[in-house]
This record gives sequence, structure tokens and C-alpha cells, in this order.
Amino acid sequence: MPPPVRSLAALLALSGAVWAGEAAPDADALTRLVHQDCGSCHGLMLKGGLGPDIRPATIAHHTPESLKAVILDGIPGTPMPPWRPLISEAEAEWIAHYLLDGGAS
Amino acid sequence: MRRMILALSLLIGATAAAPAGEIRTTGDLGLVVERETGSLLLVDQSERSAIGRIEGLGDLSHASLVYSPDQRFAYVFGRDGGLTKVDLVTQGIAARVIQAGNSIGGAISDDGRLVAVSNYEPGGVRVFDAETLELVADIPTGSKTIGLVDAPGRRFVFSLWDAGETWIADLSGEGPVITKVKGIGANPYDALITADGRTYIAGLFGEDGLTALDLWQAAPAPVRVLPGYGRGQQDLPVYKMPHLEGWALAGAEFVLPAVGYHELLWVDARDFSEAGRTPTHGQPVFAMSRPDGRQIWVNFAHPLNDTIQVIDTLSKQVIHELKPGPAVLHMEFTPRGHEVWVSVRDAGKVVVYDTATFEKLAEIEAVSPSGIFFTARAHRTGL
Repeated sequence: MPPPVRSLAALLALSGAVWAGEAAPDADALTRLVHQDCGSCHGLMLKGGLGPDIRPATIAHHTPESLKAVILDGIPGTPMPPWRPLISEAEAEWIAHYLLDGGAS
Repeated sequence: MRRMILALSLLIGATAAAPAGEIRTTGDLGLVVERETGSLLLVDQSERSAIGRIEGLGDLSHASLVYSPDQRFAYVFGRDGGLTKVDLVTQGIAARVIQAGNSIGGAISDDGRLVAVSNYEPGGVRVFDAETLELVADIPTGSKTIGLVDAPGRRFVFSLWDAGETWIADLSGEGPVITKVKGIGANPYDALITADGRTYIAGLFGEDGLTALDLWQAAPAPVRVLPGYGRGQQDLPVYKMPHLEGWALAGAEFVLPAVGYHELLWVDARDFSEAGRTPTHGQPVFAMSRPDGRQIWVNFAHPLNDTIQVIDTLSKQVIHELKPGPAVLHMEFTPRGHEVWVSVRDAGKVVVYDTATFEKLAEIEAVSPSGIFFTARAHRTGL
């Protein structure tokens, strides 16, 4: 079994995307991740699918911190997986803000 | 095929005042879903090229489609609840309805008269007249509904994610007659039906295992397949649900993706006992049998989705590995299996391979391609 991919940089290298460095979250790469990969359950437009709608109105009960925790550690007992093996804390925080601020819409 | 037709019409058309217009037969055509732009790329297998694009289909993330028996029309199931009837001959939209808020796939009845769509929101199945797209039957389930397939006898079979049930809807009479089978298991996520229309198998997400139903029985009873297949192993986070629609029946065995493991499962088709396992590069998404059953082609979940492995059916060993590019989403074999077409989303192309030599034969540009569907599916149960 291959070792889990430890950073988005490695992940992006695998998926062939351009990565500028580990210093700051790469907005383009993360936007792509949200729509393409979160989107495989939550829908390309984040309106929901097998997973729930994750547009701002639906997740308004979350703080950036609590949403970040869901992204990093998943929700046990549901299909929501922990993304910690694939992304950094800073990247999860960027995604949490992106979703709450409706950058997605 | 275009050049041949033109040459032919020159030969026979000498006395005609004007060519009657180009005739494009549809038996070797296919459609590629371009998910972000809401369009379909019309492709020609024989020419290995794109011959047109049909636009205006809405949100096509996770879109799929089925074909009319005459292979002229495709019924496209969009994530946004759109059901679109596309004409391959005129390369346009023949009809379109928004039939629900959030849908996941569909099927066409054995007689080609009814098109059924499976919906997440509101949960259930809606059945439409294939000619007009008028609503024929509404079957609410109170659950996200998945794994919808057609079965012989003008029936549709589907499963309830939340309730763990499979329903068989018989539309051969006046109204739908529903047979409900309980105890399918926790969170069925997708299902398949064998080409003979007899066996329906639902994959479970909420537990390790699958459940089979014998549709030849008047009251099918659930039969557990490989219960607890991951016992003793730590399951991994699942970043993409596998698909069973591209199921594989290779010889006398089914080949199925394990959920949460880097593994394919081989199941004896006669008694559903385990017939072997093959370790793979990542978590399988599609495990598809070449039409002759001699090879299995497998793609993988994010983040290992740049790779395809080819597995030999006799030895159950990986015999070849390809790296078509970033985000390999789908594979479709030509009907006789001599080629496979592969969509590589983040490279913006469809790549065609020879399945005997693994040589790359062609690349076709496409915008974020996902599902590839050849018209030969029109004549297969369950596709």
C-alpha cells in the first residue's frame, strides 16, 4: 500500500497542476480542489449530491474553525473523509473561508 | 465515415439534382460529457475524432446518459435535475425538462418507451415518456435514490441510500407496481445488473460487503456477498465513491472495487463466494471488463487518479500500467473491445488506446471530459 500523500504539493504534482511553493495556499489550486474533488460528492457547484449542499447559507452555523476541523478530520460515521492526509492546516483554513464567504458562488 | 459516404453519393448520385444531405449513421458514434461547460462532444469511433458539440445542457457534473433503441437519441441526466433528449443526427437538443432539484442518473426501459431518473432531492424516481419527456409516473422514496437500472419486463430497479432498501418498479401495466425489498444493508451507494437482467448487486458504503438479488424470483431475498471483506484491515478515507455501473463480469467471475481499500474483489458469479483479490495502485473507481472478459481496466480515486492498471483475468495479476495524465475519470471500450477510450479531465483530452498493444492511437481535445458513452450501449441491459 503506497504511503498517503502528505501535502497538497505532492498531490498537485500527482495531478499535474502547477504549484508555486508551500509558503501560502494556492488559491487557483484550492479552488479547483473544492469544485472538482469536494465536488465529486457535494456537486461541482456545491449544491449537494450524495453529500450535502455546502453553499454559504447551508453551512452558516459553522465558524471557520469548526469547518476547518470538519475538513481536516472528517465526520466519523458518515462518508465525509478526513482530508488531513492530503492538505495542510493553512489550506484547510483557506477552504473554510472560501466556502463560508461564498467564493464558490 | 463521412468521406466514404461522400464518395458513395458521388457514385450513385450522378443523376440526382442535388445531394440529399449528408447521411451520418450513428452505430459507431459516442458522446463525451464535458462537465464544466455543460456540453457534449460527439465523437466517431471509426474516425477517432470529434465531429460536433452539443451545448446548453446545464450542470453536467456526474452526468450520465442512455440511448434510444435506434441509437439516434441520447437521454442525458444532469446533476441539476435536467433531463435532456439529444439528437445525434441533427446534433441538437430535441427536448429538455428540469424534473427535480438534484439527480444522479437514469435508465431506459427495455422497450425504449420510458426513461427513468433517479433523484437525490426530492428523493425518488420519476419516469418519463421517451418520445415527449412528459411525466408518466412519480415514485417518491423519502430517501436519496441510487443504483437505478433497467430490467427486462419494463421494470426499473433502484436502491435507497438512507433506508437500505431496493425497490423493483414494474411499469408493464397501467400504473407502477412496486416490490420493496428490505434489509439490503447500510447505505447502498451504487448498483449493477448483469447483462442477462437476472442479478442486481448493490454495493454498500456503510458496511463492508454487497447485496445480491435474483430478479427471476417473484419475491427476491437479499443475499450478502463478501460480508466483512475488509476484516482485519484498516480502511482508508474514501475521497471518491467507486462506481459499479461499469461492472465487470469476466468469465465466470465478477470483479468489483473494494470501498476504502487498494484492492479489487473477485466473486464467483454462481454462488457469490470470494474467488480472489488483486492489490491495486489505489482505491479503484471503475473496474471495467473488456467486452470479451480477457482484461480488467481499473482507474483510481483522487489523489492517485493519473493511473490506469490493466489486469489479466486468468492470472488476476496486473500486467500493464498506464499514466494517461491528471484525473482519469472514465473508460469506455469499443463494442468488440479492440480499443479503449479514456477521459483525462485535467489534461483536457480523450486518449484512445489499443487494448492488445497498449499503444496510444489518438488524442481528442475535450473540455474537462468525464463520462464517455458509445451508442452500442443502446442494446445492452443495464447500460
